[in-house]
Amino acid sequence: MLRACTVDELPPGESVRIAGPEPIAVFNADGELYAIGDTCTHQDASLAGGWLEGCFVECPLHAALFDLRTGMPSCLPAKQPVRTYQVQVEEGVIYVLADAAEDAA
Amino acid sequence: MKTVAIVGASLAGARAAQELRAQGFDGRVVLIGEEPHLPYDRPPLSKAFLAGTAARESLDLLDADDLASLEVRLGTRAERLDPATGRLVLSDGELEADGVVLATGGRARALPGTEAVAGVHVLRTLDDALALREELVPGARVVIVGGGFIGAEVASTCQGLGLDVTVLEALPTPMARVLGPELGSICARLHGRNGVTLRCGASVAGLTAVSGRVTGVQLETGENLPADVVVAGIGMVPAVEWLDGSGLAIGNGVRTDSGLVTSLANVVAAGDVAAYGPAGIRHEHWTNATEQASVAVANLLAGQVVREYQPSGYVWSDQYSGTLQLAGHPAPDDEVRYAEGGPDDDSFLATYHRDGRTVAVFGLNNPRGFGRLRRQALRRPMPVG
Repeated sequence: MLRACTVDELPPGESVRIAGPEPIAVFNADGELYAIGDTCTHQDASLAGGWLEGCFVECPLHAALFDLRTGMPSCLPAKQPVRTYQVQVEEGVIYVLADAAEDAA
Repeated sequence: MKTVAIVGASLAGARAAQELRAQGFDGRVVLIGEEPHLPYDRPPLSKAFLAGTAARESLDLLDADDLASLEVRLGTRAERLDPATGRLVLSDGELEADGVVLATGGRARALPGTEAVAGVHVLRTLDDALALREELVPGARVVIVGGGFIGAEVASTCQGLGLDVTVLEALPTPMARVLGPELGSICARLHGRNGVTLRCGASVAGLTAVSGRVTGVQLETGENLPADVVVAGIGMVPAVEWLDGSGLAIGNGVRTDSGLVTSLANVVAAGDVAAYGPAGIRHEHWTNATEQASVAVANLLAGQVVREYQPSGYVWSDQYSGTLQLAGHPAPDDEVRYAEGGPDDDSFLATYHRDGRTVAVFGLNNPRGFGRLRRQALRRPMPVG
């Protein structure tokens, strides 16, 4: 389980990036929390820096759109999905469920 | 419409193929490419692919599903278009089509008289990148002619490979045509900060060579810069010569109306080759190619202009560890204001102003801030696709 930040640190419309070998982006989309692989599958760009609209994030470099619920790209230029992760809130802290086995997958 | 021929297996051509299906065309689509390669993405050719860190497959623009819905003819040159019959004469035969998408792009401009000199390169195609990559060996001294985006990106990649790099720019400020003089000069400073020599106002008189291989670049001043590898990043020429006799209006590319339709309603153009609107404007950028394909296909299928092309003016460039992003259409005398950070910072946001309006937004190393500012300051661009 990876600690992202506190709930207070992630208001609606904001995102946070958890660094690591496979960085993860956590979003607050109008109150719903989502976590996906941070790296756009088109070309290397951090989705945590992307534009959030509804439950879609737009890659900040080339405007590929990803559905935060499924990780699927909904428009070109991206074609491959990003991974999705479960999010859990405990005592006001946001955690992402990403165990070693998942990381290796 | 039964058959649509797409001439040019480029980004614009590949996107046009995808758009035809996405917009409901269920007839035959023939994608014709002069190169032997399936459509590939060009931006990495000057960066990760040139550095050897991106694989060929990562450049693929079409997946198996796309390809299954197309007829792809590679290694095939388009030689003539007969507007009366819609007949395309190809290097390997003829093709009847009732709709044509012209996406032939252009050819890289070479330094005059250097085609046969070993060690001298241009960079536009996959094969260009492979040939250049082979010569970027340890110890190679690289001179790049042209300080635009391609030149700067190649310089950055070569510097990353540990090579000795000099960039020659004929103008007083590189990238001023795209970014204006102020931001152009700020971005040009990235070279020096990363140990690359940038020489502005440098005109090339010729090359020196020994046994057919380049040894140096001769400047107008008489100075000779030793070089093992020379890369020309001096622009491109639209590939339109094959359209002579087609009846299509040609001038700085294929002329189209603002909906990318040529003088023939069943022939549209997209990408670098399309010179659209009354002024015949061409854009040579990735986003333009992909956005134009969508509009051109919509108008081709409708048989009339149902969508006009509204350029977002979005351009990006990765140089050294920096990302440059521009949206909108700046002019050289626009006023530049800094929305975040300043010209001496590693990361800043700036806006261009003309007649009381914000006409463009620029960001260095701040994609998130750029995205926000772009939406605040400019109309939200149409999503791609």
